[in-house]
Parts: sequence; structure tokens; C-alpha cells
Amino acid sequence: MSTDAIALPGTGLASRPIVVRLHEWVTTVDHKRLGILYIIYALVFLLIAGIEAIVIRIQLIRPHNDFVSPQVFNRMFTMHGTTMIFFVVMPVLFGFANYLLPLMIGARDMAFPRLNAFSFWMTAFGGLLLYFSLVGANGLYGAGNAPDVGWFAYAPLTSQTFSLGHSTDFWILGILVSGFGSIGVAINIVSTVICMRCPGMTLAKMPLFAWLNFVMAGLVILAVSPLTAAQIMLLVDRYLGGHFFDTQAGGSAVMWMHFFWIFGHPEVYVLVLPAFAFVSEIVPVFSRKPIFGYSVMVGATVAIGFISMSVWAHHMFTVGMGANANTFFVLSTMAIAVPTGIKIFNWLATMWGGKIDFKTPMLFCIAFLFQFLVAGLTGVMLGTAPFNWHLGNSYFVVAHFHYVIVGGILFALFGAFYYWFPKMSGKMYNETLGKLHFWLFFIGFHLTFDFMHIPGLLGMPRRIYTYEPGRGWDTWNLIVTIGVFFQAAGILVFLGNFIWSYFRGESVGSDPWDAWTLEWSTNSPPPVYNFATIPEVKSRRPLWDLKHPDDPD
Amino acid sequence: MRLVDKFGHGIGLQIFVCVCCSAAAFADHAVPFSPTNIFAPASTAAKSIFGLSLFVLAVTGAIFVVVFTLLLYSVVKFRRQKNDDGREPPQVYGSNQVEIAWTVIPVLIVVALFMATARVIADIQKASLPANTIEVVAIGHQFWWEYRYPGRGVVTANELHVPVSDPSNPTPTLIKLLSADTDHSFWVPRLAGKTDLIPNHPNSMWIDPQETGLYLGQCAQYCGTQHAKMLLRVYVQSRDDFDRWIQQQRQPAFVKEDASQGQRVFETTACINCHTVAGTAANGRFGPDLTHLMSRDTIAAGAAKNTPESLRQWILNPDSIKPGSLMPAMQLSDQDLVALTAYLETLR
Ligand code: HEC
Ligand SMILES: [Cu+2]
Repeated sequence: MSTDAIALPGTGLASRPIVVRLHEWVTTVDHKRLGILYIIYALVFLLIAGIEAIVIRIQLIRPHNDFVSPQVFNRMFTMHGTTMIFFVVMPVLFGFANYLLPLMIGARDMAFPRLNAFSFWMTAFGGLLLYFSLVGANGLYGAGNAPDVGWFAYAPLTSQTFSLGHSTDFWILGILVSGFGSIGVAINIVSTVICMRCPGMTLAKMPLFAWLNFVMAGLVILAVSPLTAAQIMLLVDRYLGGHFFDTQAGGSAVMWMHFFWIFGHPEVYVLVLPAFAFVSEIVPVFSRKPIFGYSVMVGATVAIGFISMSVWAHHMFTVGMGANANTFFVLSTMAIAVPTGIKIFNWLATMWGGKIDFKTPMLFCIAFLFQFLVAGLTGVMLGTAPFNWHLGNSYFVVAHFHYVIVGGILFALFGAFYYWFPKMSGKMYNETLGKLHFWLFFIGFHLTFDFMHIPGLLGMPRRIYTYEPGRGWDTWNLIVTIGVFFQAAGILVFLGNFIWSYFRGESVGSDPWDAWTLEWSTNSPPPVYNFATIPEVKSRRPLWDLKHPDDPD
Repeated sequence: MRLVDKFGHGIGLQIFVCVCCSAAAFADHAVPFSPTNIFAPASTAAKSIFGLSLFVLAVTGAIFVVVFTLLLYSVVKFRRQKNDDGREPPQVYGSNQVEIAWTVIPVLIVVALFMATARVIADIQKASLPANTIEVVAIGHQFWWEYRYPGRGVVTANELHVPVSDPSNPTPTLIKLLSADTDHSFWVPRLAGKTDLIPNHPNSMWIDPQETGLYLGQCAQYCGTQHAKMLLRVYVQSRDDFDRWIQQQRQPAFVKEDASQGQRVFETTACINCHTVAGTAANGRFGPDLTHLMSRDTIAAGAAKNTPESLRQWILNPDSIKPGSLMPAMQLSDQDLVALTAYLETLR
């Protein structure tokens, strides 16, 4: 590529009235601003859902605790799960994809900027609808309540008979509306990757980040659509006399499970592929080596995408599917462990022989590798159907998927925050606070989620607002709850660090990490048009070529 | 413990003996750590799951040790040195041999795990049960369990009685699982894995407990407000004790003359719309059968001990024991409450 791809200097429009600036943010169709909107929106919901988690854990700190009523507890875990999946992790990942994808492939924006804005606002309104249930679910006269059907809302608990009032309706509508947003984003990402790459960037020269988000977007289209359909069917059941899931009128509860998990399992990969994307960018830069086995990584990603569509019923080993179906889903579930394992090995090999620099982003990625390994192995345990008959729906599975989502995805996300914050803000974060965040969160994570496996092995089911003494669960639950406060402290340090650094941090140039992908060739933060002239690339690491003209890739 | 033997000797997993031994220590008679410990199996299904789980734990444990060591090694070995010269390390892009190796090995491991798993699934789900199998129908209700013994004329609630099964002459129990309302799940970890009770979707499972005693568990599929207090109690009795229990449960309600005041209260309030007392006017089916209420150790699906005080408290205000349970507080006068409790206490 050529040096004149570097952007023109900013035009200094900072000092306009706040109303004007707010108006610009609301009406923006710029992928970077939308990306930041997604991220901030997700962080707000992270705080809300985090508080819900704290309530849950205080209630469970000892047997027969009465910190909250069973009704409130049931709403808390429903809202915690729904919020974290649909209004924290998905939006924050969409935010990063939005912000980074055009920059990484040398484009000026996403393929459909207006669809992009529409998608964000749909997602945003979905979250608001869900939380409006707090005042709206009983009508305006009631004290309000929130959905209490669990985040996978099994039928027939969601039917009019068992769920009076409107709380379930808000749950349905919130997810339905944000689902349209997700599908919009996905179409946009797929189109952008296919159509907007800069000259010279063949599919085989795209950063892995783009590949992983591309497959993720494909999965969103395939997985969110059935969920959306199911939500509409459920609304038909509730208000138009349908009987899809209404067991009292001959409907099928099991059909809801299939609908939900045909969404729910690919959803795990929707969330984890972008995490892989972060790790695949950060690990090479901080090991000073290119990603090991690029084409195998791409192959493994695509394989995961396909196989992930055929494993959903491993969430249903206990519903009585019969031996043959169970056996099939054991096989497909185990099969997906292979490409996932290959990825872990390739990241390890990328570090192997490198010069590893333990900056905060890399710390989070190394912890990711360790935790994702454990999560994968407990996943294999859960995938062996007979073992699953014990572990499924126990605290073991709760520990397992938090290991995936917190230990894997959230750690990778924190890495991404630290890695790209200089690009997004033009300021460097505080490294000491970053490390403090890492250690607080690391300790808190392991206190909470390592020990959470044990009550599961000792027979503690999930979603119980209290438990009997004498089951051997007490001490473990106490430790689990203590860990939560370390995590909360870590999150506060994280937010404090970024707020402080945004205003007071040291300015950085365009390329603080000496990195190799295109986003580091433009200003920090990048101008609206990203690149003054569209870059042209010859290899997977255009900036490496630029920095090492004698030894290009 | 067929499976454990097979994995122990047949496949030869001696390297993992320590893992197995420490886990096997769980299977002691005293039920260490918890009465609901999944590693303390007491019936065939639970034991074969236990065997499989040891195998899976050993394999995953070995993978963990290997990969974790590699990770630790590279983090320590390849960190940037203090006196680094600032030059980039050799740029390595990949290696086909290595990629093939770490694809093939996991595939082989997966195949082994899959075969072992498929066997256990077939052993448990396709087992043919002997003709003398006891049949029980378990019906999940928000938030209690109904048990019916077809052909024996017994209906009871919350406390399941089954005979012990002698491995040389097994008398397993087949439990048909139905639901009256939402989804539930039957999970008594020492006896078997969980199976869901789903409306319109009959399921079944079997157990053959090999030691007498009380086995605990609880509903494992979220079913509404009081999911947490939908506890399971399985009483495994010697064959004689079990037969005696069946005999006793078949009797109609036995009412003492001096409790007729309480019986009148019971039969003139809504109690009888929801509860059955066999041989009387009470034939409701929404709540637990009370014919032999006093033969049970607990009330409200294990939420409280069955004592006169807790009975009185329950009838006065079920929410004080189980907030959100589907039995309403009946606003009885003190006098009626005392008489009613006295009546219930005669239902042996
Ligand atoms: C609307 C139906 C309904 C009415 C009316 C009702 N009950 Fe109940 N009752 C239930 C239900 C449902 C349960 C199970 C509650 C649970 O465990 O969650 C129950 C449980 C009980 C139990 C505990 C049984 C056990 O073995 O666990 C007793 C005793 C009892 N009721 C007595 C009474 C009496 C006495 C009255 C009348 C004053 C009465 N009930 C009225 C529905 C009702
Ligand atoms: Cu239940």
C-alpha cells in the first residue's frame, strides 16, 4: 500500500453547542459513531444486568436467605440473562464489528449506512421495551413487574394461563424488535465484506477479524430468523388464539425448545466468533508474529459455522428425545470441539517463538485462552448425553456457560477495549489501572465461576431462589458470591480508566502498537471518511509491508 | 459397576488411576459432601453414568494438563526479555504437518469419547426391564409431585416409595413422567440423571436403587414461582416394608369420632375442591391427596416438616412457608383452624 492513504488532519469542529452535537449523534449514519453508540448502550445495560447478578448472588449467599422474594428473584435471573445476551454482548460485539470492519478492509463505511443506523435504533428500542415492563407490565396502575419466565422462556410457562399480565409480552416484543436490528446488522456485515474490500484485498488476504465477523453475520441471519418466527408464533398464541405452544390446547412445548435452541446454540457462536476475532488480531501483534495457520483458521471458522447449526438439541438431552436422537447430537457436539481445538492450538503456535509483550490487551487474551480451554472441556463433559442428564440445568451448566461468556467472550472483549481504545479516542489508557482491572476481574472470575461448578456436581439445580441447608452447597455459594464483588470492583476500575483517559489521557499517534492492519494507518480517531485515499494492499499485513519494505509478507 | 471395570482394565487407563480413585472415594456409603452428590451413585443408571463420567473426566483432564502446560511454557519462555534488541522474531506463517497432527489427534479422541457415550446411552435408554418391574406415574404440578401406582390403587404425593432392587434379582421401578401444567424435571442424583416432565409429551425413566434409605433431589426445570421448593424425596424400602406401605396406603381414610368437627370444616370449605380424602366427600385433584397425610414426613413438597405446628401454619397461610404456592390462605377462624388440624392429624 502507499503512504498517502494516511488521512488528512481533522478539521477542528469540536466547539459546537451540545444540542447540535447530540443531534448529530442521533441522526448519524457513520459506522464509527454507530459503533460507539452500540458500545456505550451495551455498557449501560452491562451495569444494569450486573446489578441484577449481584442481587441474585446476595440472595444465594446462604440457604433460606430472604434478601428478595421468589417473585423478584425469578424476574432478576430472567432479566439478567435476557439483558446480557441480547442487550449487552450482542450489541457490544456489533459495535466493534461496525467500528472496525470498514477500517480493516479499507472502506469508507459499511455497505448500507442507513440500514446500519436503523439496526442500531431497533436494538436500542428493543432494550427499552424490555425494561419498560418494569412500569408497563401491569398497566399503569400496578407497581409494575418484569418478565419471570427465564431467558429461554420455555412453553407453556409463557402462555396466558401461566403468565398473566403483560410482562411476557414485553419480553417477546423486546427480543422481536432487537432481532430485526440484529438481522439488519448481519446483512450489512455480509454485504460489506463481500462488496467493500479495498483494491488488492482478496478474501484470502482479509484480516481474520473480517472472516470471523463474516461467518458470525451469516449465523445471525440463520439463527435469529427462527427466533423471530417463534416470537411471532408465541404472540399469535397469546392474542390470536393460536395453539403452537399452548399445551392445554394440544400445542407442543418441545417445539418451542427446538425453535429456541436452533437459535440458541448458533447464538453461542455468534457471540464467540467475534471474541475469536479480537484474539486473532491481538495475539499476533503482542507476540510480534503473524497468525499461525491463517488458512486453517479460516477453514476452522467456516467449519464451526456449519457444524454449529446441527448441535442445538444438546440443550435438550433431558427432554426425552430417544436414544438415537441423543446419540446423533452427541456426535455433532463433539465434532465441533475439533475445529475449536484447532483454533486454540493455532493461537498457541502464534505465541510460540514470539516476543510476548504483556500489555493489558494481551493479558486478557492469555486469560481468554486458558479459560476458553476449560470452558471447552466442560463443554465436552456436557456434550456426553448421560453425563449431561446430571449436569444439564444444574449449577454446573451455569458455571460452564459463564466460563464461555465471561471467561471467554468478556475477557476477549476487555482485551479489545484496551487494544482499540487508542484508535477510537486518540488517547492512551492508563496501563497500571488496566492491569489492576485485569487482576481484580481475574480473581473475581475464578472465585465465582470455578467454585460454581461444585454445587452443580452436588445436585444444585439452577434458577432456585433458595436452597435447603445440609446439601453441602453453602460454602461454595458463599465463595461464589464473594467473587462477584471483585468482578464489580474490576468493572468500576475499567470504566474509571476509560473515562479518565478519554479526558486526561496522553494523545497517541495513529499506530501505538506497531500493528499491521489497515485501521492503524489512519488517524486516531479516524476522520469521518476513514481514509483520504482508498488504500491498496498486497498482503495480509499491509503495514508490515510498509514497515519492512525489504522483507514484505 | 460394569463400566468402571471395563474402563479400568479393558482400555487400561491406569495413568488416570488417581483421578478415578479420588472420584470413587465419593461413592462411599456415608455420601460424602452432599446427599445429592452425583458421584455417589446407588442404582444401575447412575452407576453407568458415573463410570462414563470418570472416563470423560480423565480424558478432558489429560487434555487440560497438556494444553495448559504448553500455554504456561510459551507464556514464560517467549516473553519479551528486558534486554530485548527490538528486532522482530522470525516470522512463521504455519506448518501443514503440525496442523494435520493437531487435527487428527482430537478427531481420534472425539471418536473414543463418542463410542463410550453411545454405549451408555443405549444401556440406559434401551434397557429392557424385567416383568416384575414396579410402575409408578409421577405427575409434576406447580409446585408438588403426584405419584400414582397403577394397578395398586395407591395415590400419594411428594414422597415416592419404591422397593430396593437386588442386583442378582432386580426389581426396578419404571417411572412414567407426566405434567399437569408447566415443565418440570425429575432429578434424584444418586439414582439417575434427570428427565423432564413436559405436558403433552409423556416421558419415562427407570431406577433400581440397590440400598435402602432416603434419596433426595428436587425439580430441575424452572416451573414458576416456587420451583425452588419442589423437593423430591424417594424412600427406598425393603420389599416387605414396601408391600406393607402399599397395603396401608390402600386403606380408605380412617376418621376418629372426636375429629368430626374438623371434618365438617374441611368439607364445608373449599379444601375439598382441591384435595382428596378417599372415602369421604373430598375428591378434588388440584392439590395433593390427603388420605394418608400423616404417613408423610414432610408437607408442601418437602418445604416443611410434617408437624402439627407447621400444618397449622400452612393452612393459616401457605405463603408463610412457600410464598407463591397455589394453595390459597383460607381465612379460617382460630377455632376452625384447631379443629381442622386435629382432623388432618387423624389421616394416617
Ligand atoms: C385452590 C386449591 C386449594 C385449596 C382450596 C386448598 N388447597 Fe391445600 N393445597 C393445594 C395445593 C396446590 C397444595 C400443594 C402446595 C405445594 O406444595 O406447593 C396444597 C397442599 C396442602 C397440604 C400439604 C399436603 C402435602 O402433603 O404436602 C395440606 C395439608 C393442605 N393443602 C390442606 C388444605 C386444607 C386444610 C385446605 C382447606 C382449608 C386446603 N388445603 C385448601 C391446593 C389447595
Ligand atoms: Cu417443577
